Amino acid sequence: MCADRVIEITALDKSFGDFQVLTNVNLDVSLGERIVICGPSGSGKSTLIRCVNGLEQFDSGSISVDGISLSDPGGVDRVRAEVGMVFQQFNLFPHLTVLENLTLGPMKARGLSRADAEAQAMQFLERVRIPEQAGKRPRELSGGQQQRVAIARSLCMKPKIMLFDEPTSALDPEMISEVLDVMVELAEEGMTMLVVTHEMGFARKVADRMVFMDGGEIVETGPPAAVFEAPKSKRFRDFLDKILQH
Amino acid sequence: MTRSIKVWVLLCGVLLVAGCSGSGGTWGWYVIDPSTDQGMNNIRFLIGGFWATILLSLIAAAMSMVLGLVVALPGMSSNRWVRLPSRVYIEFIRAIPLLPMLFWVFYGLPVVMRSLGMPITIDAFWGAIITLAISDSAFTAEIYRAGIQSIPKGQTEASRTVGLSYTQTMRYVVLPQAIRRILPPLANQFIYIVKMSAFASVIGMQELTRRANELVVTEYRPLEIYTLLILEYLVLVLIISFFVRWLERKMGADESR
Repeated sequence: MCADRVIEITALDKSFGDFQVLTNVNLDVSLGERIVICGPSGSGKSTLIRCVNGLEQFDSGSISVDGISLSDPGGVDRVRAEVGMVFQQFNLFPHLTVLENLTLGPMKARGLSRADAEAQAMQFLERVRIPEQAGKRPRELSGGQQQRVAIARSLCMKPKIMLFDEPTSALDPEMISEVLDVMVELAEEGMTMLVVTHEMGFARKVADRMVFMDGGEIVETGPPAAVFEAPKSKRFRDFLDKILQH
Repeated sequence: MTRSIKVWVLLCGVLLVAGCSGSGGTWGWYVIDPSTDQGMNNIRFLIGGFWATILLSLIAAAMSMVLGLVVALPGMSSNRWVRLPSRVYIEFIRAIPLLPMLFWVFYGLPVVMRSLGMPITIDAFWGAIITLAISDSAFTAEIYRAGIQSIPKGQTEASRTVGLSYTQTMRYVVLPQAIRRILPPLANQFIYIVKMSAFASVIGMQELTRRANELVVTEYRPLEIYTLLILEYLVLVLIISFFVRWLERKMGADESR
């Protein structure tokens, strides 16, 4: 095992009933690496990153994160402590204020005092540039603001790895960049990131490696500059043509 | 709400006046006429059952709410063996009519417990409470299930990714959101319990219905006494309805804050 390898996915298979969503997926991620996963809908990319923190179970193969196997007893909980996740639909807690959304995990799961948790929460809200919204409910915020709160909420758990599941797909176009800006900053600070997105501009800017999935398989991987210039497979070329023509 | 109360009060007033002044001997409101000593005594006797009915219903409802949650939570597990006992309990309990269950608990349960080496005595009060609580818990469990399942799965997923355990997820994230949706049907269930508590009369519990029955036996005026009895339940249920509306408004206001 390579010393700085934080995620190892080996021969992963998963099906929902008769439908095979993932077929023999192999992917290793090094510490600090930024990976962008793209592919048509139904290609299994969301399922893949949801497997990484145990939100989905897999049928065979193995995943280990920071040396902890998800199949070990208690492995899922230990892995989740290392991995933050941002969802397409934000999934903020609507009955809590923004600040309470950020302090719930640290206080209940990590045992931080309220004062410490709030101080830390404010720090991360500053980082995503919305400290003034701390006392509001999620519904009073715009989509872009809500997604930034969701990113801050994940960061409050001090994760080693961040998973992003189409973080900008539910946003109005004018709000996409404010979320991507925060993600770019995070990448520049050296966070290990797995991002499922169709934002090819973001991919070009921050990705160390592109992963193209189709039909539950990894079809092609490589540095963005190379794969955008000369995609090897026809499927990837067709996909790029479709999403880049606008 | 206030309008429907006015209509009811008017209706009752008309009935009373018509009844009291009516001739021909079909009505005998004297039996509960507050202007006479005997009528007043009778009314006091009937109203004396309020406390028992309320206490009975409150304790049974509280127990049913706890029991219902205990039954509902495993019923939502992804593991079918965890789910099974919950399903069986709900289907089984829901199928038993209240009255036979009441007899079984009151007359049968002490015998069962004694044979198990745990001699207990069950008086009418606790017999009624246990029966109402168990019988109602099957329905309460289904209400919880519907309410909890109406909370998007993303809420649970987000909770787990910020490190909350299953219990913490339920306590801090899912239940606080579900309770607003659960409350109205739960209040309906409470009204149901209040009404079903009348069955406690058959095992001798001195609540509203029992007292009315006893008075009917001595006074031979079932029409008037049972009319008053119905009005007693009406008042009780209306008070509960008011309280629930108030609570819903308060929680609704809290949510939109």
